Amino acid sequence: MASVVGIIFSNIHDHNVSELTRRRTMASVPFGCRYRLIDFTLSNVVNSGITHVGVVTHYNYQSLMDHIGTGKDWDLARRSGGIKILPPYITAFANAQNSLYNTRLEAVKSMLEFVSCCTEEYVLLSDCDVVCNIDFNELINAHISSGADITMAVKRMYITPDVKNYEVVESDADGRITDVSECNGIVSGYCDVNLNIMVMRRKYLENVILDASAHGYSSFTKDVIGRNLETSDFRVYRYDSYFASINSLTDYYMCNMDLLSSSARDSLFNVKNRPIYTKIRNSSPTVYEEGSNVRNSLIADGCIIHGTVENSILFRGVKVGKNTVIKNSIIMQDTLIGENASLNCVITDKDVVIRDGRVLSGHETRPFFIDKLTVV
Amino acid sequence: MIKKKECVAMLLAGGQGSRLYLLTQRVAKPAVSFGSKYRIIDFTLSNCINSGIDTVGVLTQYQPLALNEYIGNGQPWDMDRTFGGVTVLPPYQGQKRADWYKGTANAIYQNLHFLDKYDPDYVVVLSGDHIYKMDYSAMVDYHKRMGAACTIAVIDVPLSEASRFGIMNTTDDFRVYEFEEKPKNPKSTKASMGVYVFSKEKLYEYLIADEADETSDKDFGKNVIPAMLAGGEKLYAYPFKGYWKDVGTIDSLWEANMDLLGDRPSLNLNNPSWRIFSRHASNPPHFLGYGATVENSLITGGCEIYGTVINSVLSGGVKVAKGAVVKDSIIMRDCVISENAQVEYSIMDSDTTVGVNAKVGESKESGNGIALIGSGLDIKAGTVIPGGVRADSAYLDELLNGKEGK
Repeated sequence: MASVVGIIFSNIHDHNVSELTRRRTMASVPFGCRYRLIDFTLSNVVNSGITHVGVVTHYNYQSLMDHIGTGKDWDLARRSGGIKILPPYITAFANAQNSLYNTRLEAVKSMLEFVSCCTEEYVLLSDCDVVCNIDFNELINAHISSGADITMAVKRMYITPDVKNYEVVESDADGRITDVSECNGIVSGYCDVNLNIMVMRRKYLENVILDASAHGYSSFTKDVIGRNLETSDFRVYRYDSYFASINSLTDYYMCNMDLLSSSARDSLFNVKNRPIYTKIRNSSPTVYEEGSNVRNSLIADGCIIHGTVENSILFRGVKVGKNTVIKNSIIMQDTLIGENASLNCVITDKDVVIRDGRVLSGHETRPFFIDKLTVV
Repeated sequence: MIKKKECVAMLLAGGQGSRLYLLTQRVAKPAVSFGSKYRIIDFTLSNCINSGIDTVGVLTQYQPLALNEYIGNGQPWDMDRTFGGVTVLPPYQGQKRADWYKGTANAIYQNLHFLDKYDPDYVVVLSGDHIYKMDYSAMVDYHKRMGAACTIAVIDVPLSEASRFGIMNTTDDFRVYEFEEKPKNPKSTKASMGVYVFSKEKLYEYLIADEADETSDKDFGKNVIPAMLAGGEKLYAYPFKGYWKDVGTIDSLWEANMDLLGDRPSLNLNNPSWRIFSRHASNPPHFLGYGATVENSLITGGCEIYGTVINSVLSGGVKVAKGAVVKDSIIMRDCVISENAQVEYSIMDSDTTVGVNAKVGESKESGNGIALIGSGLDIKAGTVIPGGVRADSAYLDELLNGKEGK
């Protein structure tokens, strides 16, 4: 097997769901009852046999460090390799404008030292918000056998004009990339969408970084890929199983609700030899009390349920009081919901308290979000 | 250099647990599943770490593979330490002799060199087959305060049941003057919980003497404690108030699981300040489909429920299909209950599949007792297994052949 080091970007799309990232990185946004977004990428990395990972951070990364700890829950607490958090690199003499990076390429620049100290031959770059269960070995093998300079993972998706934040990748019959562009609000139909996972030789990445600093480039796709389409060999790797990418709070809501379908759960959680790991919290099993009525819902451990829950996602340690009805909602860790309350299309962040008898409702297209530690 | 530890725990986990029958065919009793996501030994190990005891020797003997693998480096209990942590102590072959552990006292005797390394002032001796939450550090403090040679934790049991336990007869200040194993006419209701604190010198002295005595059964309750009493040592009973259960039989295992249910369970697992730690399978969250009815039950990760689950405890990865009913039962890891099958008043070991329309066990009220179903079985569609039986693959074969014979 080729030796590969992984690099994960933890803040890259923070602005997409500002409600959830006010206090945390995109990587540590809670997802699917008991996970944080980064768990999927980290598990994919580990399940593909990559045991050396750098996590690039930018700001607000305390929750992320708290989540990752020593990395032992992903089997990444290693004597050699293992997981390393790469804090933002600021020199004492940097001025206010260029002290922190803003794009992926600038982020990589700031960790040139990490990259050049690795001994692995290949490097895999991935965003933290790619919710999928993918075998990176296939991507890496495809990259090696094609002899390409960079291979990007893409997925065929139906794009409508109102979709933003996706990059569309066009390629020829051999899979060689001919164009990369941002969704322009005109195109609709099936397109190959960039999953923001790519693999290249580590030396190649070093050269890219040095060349980019010399030219003052900042965008990976526009400057590195876009400018070199003719002279370099960039290829696509097609991934075609479940994939969720979160570009807005509504996306976040829908992607969570996706998990109520068994096909999404099967392709994400029930893949042989590729479980998704997360930080162990040692919650007790969930208690269903007499009179509880729970249907079509995904529930984590540590909950105590007296009332009715339908079409909802309950995170660890949620308590639902008697005669309370929760429908179509996402209830995050340690939320306390009293008696006789009614919730519909609500997202509660961690540690929210909903008192007895409260009635709250949003809509599927505009879920009602309640910030962390709020008491309603 | 190894640092001295004030307190080291020795956990006796070698018992066969023969009264759990099929459940302990392939694993030692401490490794038997309990309470949806735990093993029995999790309670003792978690008590240790929650009491600040981070050095534990686990003495194994019977079917140690699953148990050793489960304990591993002790990481789930925060016992993967540079100094101390958990050490599995199997019987071994010495230069002069090779011996199985002949009794609880002999097991500790054979591992005195393990204790030597940490030079503890106090040794806590525990068994790995009880369900309870207890702060051992409070008991060690009591032991110090009393200036005892040995302190034995006791729990008040009803007088009618006292003859099933080892009973401590004490004076009003809890000094033990007599120990009676399963007395016919109990004089007290203070039952030994199998939790001992020894001052190290006294432990060494009496273990070495006990080893030399060829007539001894090398057992703490039978030999060492009576010898200490006879030697005039200060033995104290430490009264424990709270939940404690020996899960040595099928009935008590069932009861202890059921004690976790209800609005105010007798044993509350949901206590953030006294968490019970366990080794996790990376199961996804559990899912309840349309048509699921779950009442008064414990459910954990990986379960998929489309049928009815009432008064039951389900371990990880259990599937209950549409129309299936699980009632008053304990279902262990990765069992599958197919469409319209019924499971009532049963304990089902892991990886067993119950076929469509099959009926396992009888209602609790029938009085026929708990049906015990072995692991990895394939119970064919329509099979009827009555209450009170112990069903393994031989039993199923017989049942099937019997049918063909008709």
